[in-house]
Amino acid sequence: MKKIYSVLVENRSGVLCKVAGMFSRRCFNIDSLAVGETEDPDISCMTIVSSGNQRTLEQIEKQLNKKIDIIKVKTFDEIRSVSRELMLIKVKYTKNNRREIMEICEIMNASIVDMSKTQMTIQICDVPDKIALLINMFSNVNIVEVARTGTLALQKCGDNE
Amino acid sequence: MQVKKGLVKTMIGADAIVRCLEEEGVKSVFGYPGVAIAPFYNSILDSKIESILVRTEQNAAHAASGYYRATGKVAVCAVTSGPGATNVITGIATAFADSIPLICITGQVNSELLGSDVFQEADITGAVESFVKYSYLVKDVIQLPRVIKEAFYIANTGRKGPVLIDIPIDVQNKEISKFEYPQEVNLRTYKPTVKGHSVQIKKVIKELEKAKKPIICVGGGVLLSDAQSVIREFVDKNQIPVVSTMMGIGVMPTKNPLYFGMVGNNGKPYANRAMNESDLIIMVGARVADRAISQPGLIIHNKVLVHIDVDSAEIGKNVGAHIPLVGDAKHIFDELLEYSVDENYQAWIETLNLYKHNMEPKRNPNPAFVDPAVLISRLSEKMDDDAIFVVDVGQNQMWACAYHIVKEGKFLTSGGMGTMGYSIPAAMGAKYGCKDKQVITMCGDGSFQMSMMELATMRQHHIQTKLIVLCNKVLGMVREYQHYTYHDRYSVVNLDGSPDLEYIAKAYGMTYIKMETMESAEEKMDAFLKSDQSVLMECLVDPMDLVR
Repeated sequence: MKKIYSVLVENRSGVLCKVAGMFSRRCFNIDSLAVGETEDPDISCMTIVSSGNQRTLEQIEKQLNKKIDIIKVKTFDEIRSVSRELMLIKVKYTKNNRREIMEICEIMNASIVDMSKTQMTIQICDVPDKIALLINMFSNVNIVEVARTGTLALQKCGDNE
Repeated sequence: MQVKKGLVKTMIGADAIVRCLEEEGVKSVFGYPGVAIAPFYNSILDSKIESILVRTEQNAAHAASGYYRATGKVAVCAVTSGPGATNVITGIATAFADSIPLICITGQVNSELLGSDVFQEADITGAVESFVKYSYLVKDVIQLPRVIKEAFYIANTGRKGPVLIDIPIDVQNKEISKFEYPQEVNLRTYKPTVKGHSVQIKKVIKELEKAKKPIICVGGGVLLSDAQSVIREFVDKNQIPVVSTMMGIGVMPTKNPLYFGMVGNNGKPYANRAMNESDLIIMVGARVADRAISQPGLIIHNKVLVHIDVDSAEIGKNVGAHIPLVGDAKHIFDELLEYSVDENYQAWIETLNLYKHNMEPKRNPNPAFVDPAVLISRLSEKMDDDAIFVVDVGQNQMWACAYHIVKEGKFLTSGGMGTMGYSIPAAMGAKYGCKDKQVITMCGDGSFQMSMMELATMRQHHIQTKLIVLCNKVLGMVREYQHYTYHDRYSVVNLDGSPDLEYIAKAYGMTYIKMETMESAEEKMDAFLKSDQSVLMECLVDPMDLVR
């Protein structure tokens, strides 16, 4: 099972370390982690995607709630949330496959944001499944490097209004 | 310090720390100085707070733990940076495992040099992260009063535990323009649940009325919330039998007719049987940890489990409870006491009494040695009613759990962490905090040699010591394990070369008593207890003796 934890924390030094340390000490998985400031500069939001059985996922929430730097923990399933991940992928191209790469980008709603005579960087912002699909579609393409943000998620509008 | 007339001495960070401790009612600090904590130890000279110089930093934390457990007041230890701070970690981890509150102040190198690996720098807040309830690194002197106020609050509320405050030397030396100790703590992220949910409380009563064979299993959390008297009242009113975990020893007097001993793989067979055959278990302030409940799945099989704990994460961590009840044990039992349970469990209690009568383990003591079982039970009968008995880790601990008779006193030991060497410094803290109470310490010859240096601290500060050392010249508990697991292939358990305890006693100015067999044991116990001196009583125990 997968679960998304949206964790509001005090924006202080060492807090990320405390939260990540708790996951590793208790043998919980972190599938993805994204951190950034919220509208209040004193508060950061961590979006953590984790997987495990029901009891583990429940323990993660309880252990997060115990951390004194954590203000609020919200959890939601993938279906009850809007989630996005940003990926930048740099590929080598030739004139033989340039057209094909551009077509894939068009279909996948990805855009080319940088290029040279031999390489191009493609940006995609989508749900994690689509990102995986794009990588899959490029299996015949020479990938130079990939950078991903990890999942960001918010609860669907209307769920807790 | 002499202040010249007309000159107002400016306050610095170190003075502020001392003022904060005074505001918290701290009477003494256990610790070890060094350059990075020197400003604090300079300021404390101007205060009535007494400093106790332990002989190694780990024991400062153990002493603070013993002090708290004896008095209920949070104690402070203060050590220097680097090795001072890292030495204290085992003591902090020991306190954390048993949810004992304490405040540990560590000196730190100059804040501008942090991270550059200068002399005696250690990232102590990073190192203790998984053993503390919370930690602070104070970089701004103005924050000190708030931080210390919060630290005491966090340590001593909710699920209690140690809090560490790391204070760089320049922060201690910096002038603080305005000192004001906050009256209240304002933490938006920390609001421990105290009161139990009333719907859940009603459910507990309903389950009790349905049950034929209920049992209450009490843990260390009961003592931490000071709920022992209300629980005694509750079980007495409703005639419900009780068992305990190791940390829960002392919640019920051993001879209370409703008490059926300690559970677990080193517990009483009839206590475990009572758990297995019950139809309703009420766990209170107990973690359902592996040594107490080796197969958590079994305690929810064919029965209802109510789990009461102040830490919601403990409920469902090791076993899923049917009725989770988050809150402070004292509050919850105060409320439970308001209800009357319309059910009679007399038949079940009679069954348990039968088990107790038939299943008491039989020992085969070797007459050439002291029998620890008889020693402990006889000695505890002779102790004052409110005596504090502090034991170490190993066979001595298991025998104490099995044979110590608690009347109205306390039983202190390191449960969760099982830290050898705990007893002597913890007893030191306990006796220091309760000078009018009888404090008896017992350890093996292995654990004795881990903390015997504290005998000097006790002599220095006139803290009377009543110490029993069970000598068998081996690490008995490990030997026993190797006996069962490796069929008597003994590895690294022989304690040959240990010092002659008579000379040790003499060296530390203690009276020495030697008990070789049970012959004239009674007189020796009386002499040991009655002496107004510090006494070391060496008891020779069969190296082949087993706790099981």
